[in-house]
Amino acid sequence: MIAIGKAARGAVLGTARSAVRDAAGLLAMLLVLAGSVLGGWGPAAAQQLQPIPPFTARVIDRTGTLTAAGRQALEDELAAFERRKGSQIAVLIVPTTQPEAIEQYSIRVAEAWKIGRDRVRASSGAGARTGAIDDGVLLLVAKDDRRMRIEVGYGLEGAIPDGIARRIIDQAIAPKFRQQDWQGGIAAGLAELQRRIDGENLPAPESPAGGSGSLEDQLTGVLPILLFGFVAGSILSAIIGRFFGSAIASVGTGFFGASALGSMTIGVAMGAGVFLLLLMLGGSRQRLHRVGRRTYHDGPVILPGPWGGGGGGGGFGGGGGGFGGGGGGSFGGGGASGDW
Amino acid sequence: MSLTIDSVARGLVRQGRAGLVVLASLLLTACGYNDIQTTDEATKQSWAEVVNQYQRRADLIPNLVNTVKGYADQEKEVLTRVTEARSRVGQIQVNPGDPGSLKQFESAQSEMSGALSRLLVVAENYPQLKSDQNFRELQAELAGTENRISVARKRYIDTVNQYNVLVRQFPVNLTAMVFGYAQKPQFTVENEQAISRPPTVNFGTPAPAK
Repeated sequence: MIAIGKAARGAVLGTARSAVRDAAGLLAMLLVLAGSVLGGWGPAAAQQLQPIPPFTARVIDRTGTLTAAGRQALEDELAAFERRKGSQIAVLIVPTTQPEAIEQYSIRVAEAWKIGRDRVRASSGAGARTGAIDDGVLLLVAKDDRRMRIEVGYGLEGAIPDGIARRIIDQAIAPKFRQQDWQGGIAAGLAELQRRIDGENLPAPESPAGGSGSLEDQLTGVLPILLFGFVAGSILSAIIGRFFGSAIASVGTGFFGASALGSMTIGVAMGAGVFLLLLMLGGSRQRLHRVGRRTYHDGPVILPGPWGGGGGGGGFGGGGGGFGGGGGGSFGGGGASGDW
Repeated sequence: MSLTIDSVARGLVRQGRAGLVVLASLLLTACGYNDIQTTDEATKQSWAEVVNQYQRRADLIPNLVNTVKGYADQEKEVLTRVTEARSRVGQIQVNPGDPGSLKQFESAQSEMSGALSRLLVVAENYPQLKSDQNFRELQAELAGTENRISVARKRYIDTVNQYNVLVRQFPVNLTAMVFGYAQKPQFTVENEQAISRPPTVNFGTPAPAK
């Protein structure tokens, strides 16, 4: 806002300056209002609970139990399985889940990571179905608590019922863990899980990792932001000129779009869309400079470099190494816990 | 300020009617009617999941009772209590919007939980039963269902909370009043006092089956 105010100051004369400031204030107010309408910012931070590590790999070890090579071997195996079957399995080893029970921590991780696929498009091969698949599994080990849990996504509750999950823990993993064979225990558990999932008729995997969230969900969020950006842009165009007005409105739209929908690409696209629309609808009219009480005159539009396009900058890289993060699978608390 | 309003009006006129139409739809979005619909539907959905999981637990019971009966037929009292609790749960027609009905549902379900945990305590006294593969899986299934129930309850509590906060806040409270959307009753902890009291641990004799 300040930078824009400064840039505009050179071009705008006299009392128009205060109009710019007022307009900036008005816009800020409207933006805040839009923020609260759209549901506001993040939820209150959870206090004192164990943090959930970001989902940057399929196998995450926070205890240094696995060797780098061992971790990579499990990771590769799960990546291959995901390419072959589409189903996503993740492993997390933490020292403890205190003060929560392992079930509570585990469902929080599963909800945050969204392991497994949300849905697959109908065109992705024979036998594919639309709708939720939710074929994710989380194997959580709380090493110092000597507790572990297999958290099963909705879509796999048939392939891995609680009793089977319990049996995998008791018969495949726990005996190895008792001998301090962490790598072997996890590998044995994963092998059992994969064997069970292989027996399930799941939709074939899609070649590229899908986007986040469903299209409809995102579109319902796009419209009000676009409308708002358009109105704010019209108002601003009238006050500080078509280019600046459009630029500010499109940056605002882009920013809100990106933060509300969680996608920088969509935000940039929305910003650019609003920007072009405003410029086009503005027609051939030029910006009016207010020089007196009732006097306006046309002036040249100055295009400063950095505002060439709409939308916010910044890049989101996702996880490294060909890992696309969770696919949007949901969990309902299925699975089993056990100890060793 | 009058300058600003002047210019704003000028701008709107200049952009023609499109701007006004857009503004009107924006105001309609902002009154919160759609948000009420969304959150109200979310509470219904999460409530359905709560009922669904309680139903799943009830469905496990005949199987569980039969398995236990095979090894511990003499524990008639405990078994009858579970069966009775199950039939009581099955009779209840619950309306989550009505606090009285919700409370009745809660007390029937917690009675069910009590009867079940007594059954599992009793089962501890029968080594053969404990090692029965069928029983072990039923036990895991039951534990999983209890966990699903608590997840579903937590999600229901969260959605009701969202809904209640929404319909209480200005200006949505006006919309809610006009269209008759009231606050929804929340799950309560039935035995608050019992939870806040530390449990007594007795290492002496094994707990008598009561």
